[in-house]
Amino acid sequence: MQAASALASQRRSIDPTTLAVLKGRLEEIAAEMDATLVRSAFNPIIAEAHDCAHGLYDAETGETLVQGKNGLPVFVGTMAFATKAVIERAKRDGDLGPGDVYVMNDPYDGGTHINDVKLLQPLFRDGQVFCWLASVGHWLDMGGNVAGNYNPRAVELAQEGFWLPVVKLAHRGVLRQDIIDIMLANTRLPQMAFGDLQAQLNALRVGQARMTELLDQTGDETVATVFAELKERASRMMRHHFAALPDGTYSADDYLDNDGSSDEPIRIALDLTIRGEEVTLDFSRSSPECAGPLNTARSTSIASCYVAIKHLFPDVIANSGVLEPITFVMPEGSIVNVRAPRPTGGYTETNLRIVDVVFQAFAQATPERASACAYGTISALALAGRRPNGARWVMFSFHGGGHGAHPAGDGLNHGNAPLSMATMPPLEITEANYPVMYRQWALRPDSGGPGQHRGGLGAIYEIEVLDGPVDLTLFCDRGKYPPPGVVGGGPAARGRYTYVKDGVTHQLPLTTKVVGVSLNRGDRVRLESPGGGGYGPPERRDAARVERDRRDGYVMEAGR
Amino acid sequence: MSGPATIVGVDVGGTFTDLFFLDAGAGRYATAKVATTLENQANGIVQGVMSRGTEIGGIATIVHGTTTATNALLERKGARIGLIATRGFRDVLEMRRRDRPKTFGLTGSFEPVVPRHMRLEVTERVLADGSVHTPLDRDEVVAAARQLVAEGAQAICLCFINSYANDAHEREALDAVKAVFPDLYVQRSSEILPEIREFERTSTTALNAYLQPVVSRYFDRLEGSLRDQGFGGRVLIVQSNGGVMTVETASRLPVRTALSGPAAGVIAASAIAKAAGYPNVITGDMGGTSFDVSLVANGEAAVRAQTAIEFGLVIRTPMIDIHTIGAGGGSIAQVDAGGLLKVGPESAGSNPGPACYGLGNEHPTVTDANVVMGRINAERPIGGKLKRLDVEAARAAIERHVARPLGLDVMAAAEAIVDVANAQMAGAIRLVSIEKGYDPRDFAGMPFGGGGALHAGALMLDVGLKCSIVPRFPGITSALGCVIADMRQDAVQTVNLVLGSADLSALGERLGTLAQDGRALVEASGVAFESVDTLVEFDMAYVGQSHTIVVEAGADPASVTEADIGAAFDRVYADKYGQTLPGLAKRIINLRVITIGRRPKFDLMVLAPQGDVTVEGARLGSRPVWFGGRWYETAIYARLDLPVGAVIEGPAILEQPDTTILVEPDLTTLVDPFGNIILSRGT
Repeated sequence: MQAASALASQRRSIDPTTLAVLKGRLEEIAAEMDATLVRSAFNPIIAEAHDCAHGLYDAETGETLVQGKNGLPVFVGTMAFATKAVIERAKRDGDLGPGDVYVMNDPYDGGTHINDVKLLQPLFRDGQVFCWLASVGHWLDMGGNVAGNYNPRAVELAQEGFWLPVVKLAHRGVLRQDIIDIMLANTRLPQMAFGDLQAQLNALRVGQARMTELLDQTGDETVATVFAELKERASRMMRHHFAALPDGTYSADDYLDNDGSSDEPIRIALDLTIRGEEVTLDFSRSSPECAGPLNTARSTSIASCYVAIKHLFPDVIANSGVLEPITFVMPEGSIVNVRAPRPTGGYTETNLRIVDVVFQAFAQATPERASACAYGTISALALAGRRPNGARWVMFSFHGGGHGAHPAGDGLNHGNAPLSMATMPPLEITEANYPVMYRQWALRPDSGGPGQHRGGLGAIYEIEVLDGPVDLTLFCDRGKYPPPGVVGGGPAARGRYTYVKDGVTHQLPLTTKVVGVSLNRGDRVRLESPGGGGYGPPERRDAARVERDRRDGYVMEAGR
Repeated sequence: MSGPATIVGVDVGGTFTDLFFLDAGAGRYATAKVATTLENQANGIVQGVMSRGTEIGGIATIVHGTTTATNALLERKGARIGLIATRGFRDVLEMRRRDRPKTFGLTGSFEPVVPRHMRLEVTERVLADGSVHTPLDRDEVVAAARQLVAEGAQAICLCFINSYANDAHEREALDAVKAVFPDLYVQRSSEILPEIREFERTSTTALNAYLQPVVSRYFDRLEGSLRDQGFGGRVLIVQSNGGVMTVETASRLPVRTALSGPAAGVIAASAIAKAAGYPNVITGDMGGTSFDVSLVANGEAAVRAQTAIEFGLVIRTPMIDIHTIGAGGGSIAQVDAGGLLKVGPESAGSNPGPACYGLGNEHPTVTDANVVMGRINAERPIGGKLKRLDVEAARAAIERHVARPLGLDVMAAAEAIVDVANAQMAGAIRLVSIEKGYDPRDFAGMPFGGGGALHAGALMLDVGLKCSIVPRFPGITSALGCVIADMRQDAVQTVNLVLGSADLSALGERLGTLAQDGRALVEASGVAFESVDTLVEFDMAYVGQSHTIVVEAGADPASVTEADIGAAFDRVYADKYGQTLPGLAKRIINLRVITIGRRPKFDLMVLAPQGDVTVEGARLGSRPVWFGGRWYETAIYARLDLPVGAVIEGPAILEQPDTTILVEPDLTTLVDPFGNIILSRGT
């Protein structure tokens, strides 16, 4: 037997029934891996927020073959690069065999940031790698000088936390305890990390078993042909969509508030060129890489473009074929193609801005498919302290905001970030686990961008500390540059982030980012997240909708 | 037919109201099918009950599976209601868990069942440990209630933060509202669902309040209409968990009837399969727009803790785990821009219905493919609504929308449509079996609903099921289930106790109270039971995990030790995940107490074919049917006229008024002593 890609190259054509049937079977397998990790994980970012993904990847190129429907969308593209890195490493190591597992969190090779721990395992068929299975999940703490690792002041990776290059975690099914010991020694929450590691191994175990069953039942060659065929069809559909758009170049510039170190805006600029069935996404006019952790690896930037395009063309099959008709221009050393050892901890903000410029550029080419920009910041909050018995606790959460309005209607109130399917832990679970009390958990009036269709509302979260001292870190954005509307729709409200210490309200020194504030009992932190942008001119809004917005308090100030 | 022991099961569907009459003492049964009266379902039910010339005064019990709640939710036809929340938290219902409907495409929207101006806040706050941080302002509660009533609220729900840990404020607020509005429907979340997770608790409570005025009015009307006709017995309602409750309880907790109808079907299927010697069965109910799958292991239907009726409409109460996919007879087949054949989830429903109905839909459906392949008798459509089906219209639709785009001939295209639909249904079966750790080879399949038996053989072969059982009356399975179902009450309480530090005596006390309450409720129903049983379960996890596993603790909570609970947890965890994590602390999150009143069982043998019937007598003739790329001249039989023990080799088609059973060429069927058709691989 051989690698799926090699088998597919000698393939015969596949009948439409088998193709449709096996596509469903393969997606089920990835979905079951997602579910296994979510159910058995220990940290709430995976268990409650579903910040994880699973998929099948090409034996030689690492390209995405299949991804689960419930995994974090942005991981689909980045895992392909991580798999490629593992494939290279395994070649150097030699002696790859069944039951081997590699682990990594290298943000340059695999994309994203150090909290995303990736486990990769070859699926062997008769002595050869058929494809790779991968599991990625967001671990709560990787050491470094800020619990939860969203450190806006970091200027090199070593300050963010523990850097794990590609190493072998298991050899022929036997875990290497020395690697595990090193990993657990470098986190504030070793017990939780151990639980999450086991949960990811559970997911790989399930994937191995299900894939083996499927291959035994259907034949390796058939499945390999399906992989190739699905990729080809995704690219065909993508080309079909691009061909329907008017040729031309469409530009969009947007900004991040700052890099966490100095208060200078960072530009994300896109020139989208459509020529027939192909497009070029050129980010050359974007800012150079920055001192702070707002950099992203090229792999992650490409993955963000992939997610944005899938949002605009949701019927295209999710695999690497989507990227085939797209040329990316991302100069090395720019904000979207960072070099080591620049920090990447806040990569999510930059990736969300990439999604925003893709939306804005395509809106010019195809208003009938346009989505206004969503809230554009994950608004990461970390609170960390000690229990009365001295044990560490770290409460870490991402916050929601409004989705952009679109041709069919208003944006969704309080949705999750476009890059993610993460849900938010119930506040009652948070209160049961940490010495905090929510004062408010509410929709934020007037935060949606005005338009014929209004942007969705952001949210207000106010949290009081019940037992200090507690270290506060906030890593947010969109405090200076609001989420834009499209097709004549207005911008949403900017994010507003404050804390109250000893009764005095403080703005954040860098508008949206702060670290090193110590809060005590009774002190509070307040997040007011942005809404989504509007769609279409506000004067075209239906009068009944305007009246309803007023009556329900979605809009309190005239003109919003 | 009637007698003091007569029980009537009634299932109201979108088109028909099905009834099953059982006189257990005399060993007799009857069935009836009348048109559903959509305006007031009670009229159709009364007509149905009277339709067999039954002496209504002799009916002891009418058991009802209802879709009133489901429809009110899906069509957003519940009551205008108000919600009173803790200050700062009126938007919990609308903010959900910060999710979105679809992974790709940011075009979702959500309308909560309580509009924002009908959600008000009052001063109060309880902390996670149950201690009071801010006392309740009773005057604000009264003012809020007045405002909501002035705005037209027919019901009010009280949803305070952390009320699962201490319900005193919600109780006090409820008293305050009741003192001013004694006749208003008022509910508190700590009674509907005393479980941690504010969105799920609020949503369940709000949906209950939204349904209560509508559903309880319906039940009142139904009882009134029946009493007017001289009915003197009891009305019981089927819950989503597969048990029945009194009509009074159902009026108080209508949210528990969201899956009433489908649950009754699963209960019947499990009883029929168990009697036939198959305690492990996977049921598949195929209707016009959807395919509902459930798994029954050792005679017990799988139950899940929560479900979403649609995006954001979350109900957290134990329900039979029914997995629904959009694959039914009316599901539309199409080829997408990438050249991929897709079936569903868009459906032509029953109106306009498949292309062969000739009512205006020109897109090919699964039914059209079955008609073109000769599998459905175009001259005698089931249901009796249409005289005949238009085969040519079905062919034309398949030719245009599937065959040509895929470069296939019409017959190959028709077969591809059915194969893809079968694959989706098989996927749903694998999801409830393999993915939950069950081996399909240990299970029989049981199709019911109008379309299931056409696909049973293919699903059995694809998934690797042991065999398939087609019950004698697949079209009235839910009505039969009403007659069979036991009474059941579920109670839950969040406790958050770490093993080792848990005060087990207090735990035993709480369990005792929950068990006593459950038993009292069941016994107060006045229904005759063979026994009343209590089951205790713990939702448990390692400390730090938030997803729990269900650990059964036996029937006698008083004698349970910590070591027992820990060991039981280890067994379940290892079974699920292949390992345990020694050294980590374990926590009991919730207590669950289930009270079951076991109703007397009736002998399903009464359903068996009676009288002098023969295989030859059942033979209706033959017609060409398409299987695996060619036509077979296929024998046709009248299913209900086949005698016990009859063996029919495939290819064959067995017809009956409410379904068509397809026997593929390599399959064989046997009529078992209960009159079920057992479909298996040929010998």
